[in-house]
Amino acid sequence: MGDQAPRAAHPTDSRMSADAPLLAVRGLQKRFGAVRALAGVDLTVLHGQIHVLLGENGAGKSTLIKCLGGVHWPDGGSVALEGRPIAPASPRDAERIGISTVFQEINLIPHMSLAENISLGREPTGPLGRIRWHEVRRRAEVALARLGLRVGVGSDLSSCSIAIRQLVAIARALDVSAKLLILDEPTSSLDRGEVAQLMGVMRRLRADGLGIIFITHFLDQVYEIADRITILRDGALVGEYDPASLPRTRLVSLMIGREYSPPIATPTPTPTLTTAPTTATTTTPSSTNGETAETVAEPSIAVAHARNLGRRGSVEGINIQIDKGQTVGLAGLLGSGRSETARLFFGADRATEGSLEIDGTPVRLRSPRQAIRRRIAMTAEDRRSEGIIPNLSVRENILLALQVHRGLARPIPSAEASRLVHDFVRSLNIKTPSSEAPVSSLSGGNQQKALLARWLATDPHLLILDEPTRGIDVGAKAEIERLIGTLRERGMAVLLVGSDLEEVVRICRRVIVLRDRRQVAELHGGRCNEREIMAAIAEHTPSHIAVGSTPQPPLAGDSGGSR
Amino acid sequence: MSTRSGSSSASSLRRLALPMAALLLLLLFNFLFTPGFFAVEVRDGRLYGTLIDILNHGSKIGIVAIGMTLVIATGGVDLSVGAVAAIAGAAAAHLIVSGSSPPVAIASGLILGVLAGAWNGILVTMLRLQPIVATLILMVAGRGIAQLITNGLIITYDSPTLTFIGNGSLGGLPFPVMMLAVVLAITAILARRTAIGLFVECVGDNAAAARMSGVPDRAVKLLAYASCGLCAGLAGLIECSYIRAADANNAGMLLELDAILAVVLGGTALTGGRFSLIGSVLGAMLIQILTKTLYMQNVSADIAPAPKALVVLVVCLLHSPALRQRLANLVSRRAGA
Repeated sequence: MGDQAPRAAHPTDSRMSADAPLLAVRGLQKRFGAVRALAGVDLTVLHGQIHVLLGENGAGKSTLIKCLGGVHWPDGGSVALEGRPIAPASPRDAERIGISTVFQEINLIPHMSLAENISLGREPTGPLGRIRWHEVRRRAEVALARLGLRVGVGSDLSSCSIAIRQLVAIARALDVSAKLLILDEPTSSLDRGEVAQLMGVMRRLRADGLGIIFITHFLDQVYEIADRITILRDGALVGEYDPASLPRTRLVSLMIGREYSPPIATPTPTPTLTTAPTTATTTTPSSTNGETAETVAEPSIAVAHARNLGRRGSVEGINIQIDKGQTVGLAGLLGSGRSETARLFFGADRATEGSLEIDGTPVRLRSPRQAIRRRIAMTAEDRRSEGIIPNLSVRENILLALQVHRGLARPIPSAEASRLVHDFVRSLNIKTPSSEAPVSSLSGGNQQKALLARWLATDPHLLILDEPTRGIDVGAKAEIERLIGTLRERGMAVLLVGSDLEEVVRICRRVIVLRDRRQVAELHGGRCNEREIMAAIAEHTPSHIAVGSTPQPPLAGDSGGSR
Repeated sequence: MSTRSGSSSASSLRRLALPMAALLLLLLFNFLFTPGFFAVEVRDGRLYGTLIDILNHGSKIGIVAIGMTLVIATGGVDLSVGAVAAIAGAAAAHLIVSGSSPPVAIASGLILGVLAGAWNGILVTMLRLQPIVATLILMVAGRGIAQLITNGLIITYDSPTLTFIGNGSLGGLPFPVMMLAVVLAITAILARRTAIGLFVECVGDNAAAARMSGVPDRAVKLLAYASCGLCAGLAGLIECSYIRAADANNAGMLLELDAILAVVLGGTALTGGRFSLIGSVLGAMLIQILTKTLYMQNVSADIAPAPKALVVLVVCLLHSPALRQRLANLVSRRAGA
């Protein structure tokens, strides 16, 4: 971390001021088994400050706020609230001290009224423990009025929009005398109008002197509302920054952990690459032979061609063409709509806008099964919940998609099945005691390879890989990368979703960049490098594509306030 | 077993060991303490005896348990089988009495069973009701429907064909035993010689992953519930054949509990996934032997459920991986000391 100069430049002056800061976290540490989730993190929040906490997956944001909220107990370091050391033992304890957290998954009860939800677990009681319902309602009205929200406190929570529920959760958090409010990605499922409403509430609370820790992945929101920014990466503190003097590009490179230098007119081949299995980043036209097919006169039919593809409330404006033998990357920050886009190509989510052509025929994919019939395959991001069938054997897991492709009534003959499984176990180097072992007994990397085998057995034209190397060891990573290279040579089209930019540019010759759930750039040839991707991710008003820079709220229009 | 081989069938054998052992223990107990338990005699080319009775009545539970196995393997449960059995019996008896031919009456009973199962399946897959709630509806309503068919009366009939289903014999064995064998064979072939078994296990083990792999999860579930309905309908015909009458009030009473117990005893987890058809049939026989043993030990029918529950508890506990681990630890610590 030696190269991160701005670290701790600013917090010192706040500590020297007369009042102790609202929250002072120093050297916080937390381990989970062998994994070091937090390695000495500092965080300083002042009264009346909105402090944005940023970081990619696994940066330690969740662990940090859970330590503050009494969910986890830190292993080392100190936490002080208004100068007094604290050690919240439970979420309840944290609330009593003055730290309230609103988690991403709202912990409210859908079929109770707003008022009941706000007072749940701490209802004002009269003699004999009788709940004073009148007081419950009055408190709820006061709490919601503080947020500038005027709704009937007697209505069911389930009848309210997500935004209202979010606000109710905040109201519940503020019902106890909170000094510090922690909001964990409150905006991830809100539309623009709702986000604006939430921001208004945050400003109102800031004016009341409350400190707010705000976790979000939307950079526009960061710059709109943040007073200070703290960035974490891999469980360590990167630094605390003033948004006014932190350019977006710098912020992105700090989050991702790659040095960013502004793009220059004539890009040179990326020098930092190690021995890559493919020469993906060379810029000379001769070596990007995969791409030259596009410019050659012979018109080849695209394996997949999306025009303005989108799904309401999820992603919009996706334009991607993938030809035979091409590997296209999908890059963007967490929450930018990478996976959502990939899922539209597989029918895992249904597109509501735009069109998609597969092998030249327009299709409307309504289920993965239809996509499989079109020879599309996809390994999902979450291997455990949407990939493996845990208690079934490696053999059955590998054969599943092929069996689906052939249909219910045509079981794969035993001899053929054995040969297929044997071949895949060997060629992909799947380490398993036997093909009959339950797939859940394998390591993550080998599970992933078994899932790849599942799809390769169907001989797909388009293979979609959503973070195929997440959470697997280095050896397996390299093997999967090599495999993608082989598949490309065989003419398979691959769409790769990746959060590791270095890996993406190593594997792909063309990268689609997403930001805030829309496509903002398509980079190829010499521009397909980490610098350009980071610039596109950070860019405020994209120039490549006509996305209106003025906020045009097509989403907010149909929702208004409460649904 | 085209989709299974080697160690996989070994592990399914291991799962069968427990109900098998319990079965043998009960037989041993009866050998020692129940006089005449193993006596079998031949009359009119037909076997008679306690064991034959057990096979006969166990077959009814076994047939339902086979259908129930498929439903439970998808991660669901069917509480309505008893009521569906009552409907099928009532319909068949009603049709016979109103002059229909026996084949028509039998086919109607079975078709009603399939329709009832499909109804459950639609509630579960299309309306996304929880299986326990979805089938509870028919469990309650089904008996009312059966009462409607019989007009609240016990319908006695006189039809040699329908009577044969429960009381006839083939090759010396009671006809229900033959039917159980046929149902088991057909289901096993459909489950293991096509991809149905694989799909059922995938849906039960991880429905989201199965869907992402293109498994038609709704169709698979619908099929499982419809099959279960068919089995329940068949059991209903057997029951109404035993007593040569349709009794909408008592037919198939607590059949759902016996069937679910049989499945669990047979080593199929209630959480879904891997299933064993033979295990469920063994479980059904185990339950029937237990019931019979208690009767022959002069335990009154009112008290019998208590000791029955005790045996079930022991077998289920022994199926629990957590308990097995603890027992294994205990044994190894003893050995180490």
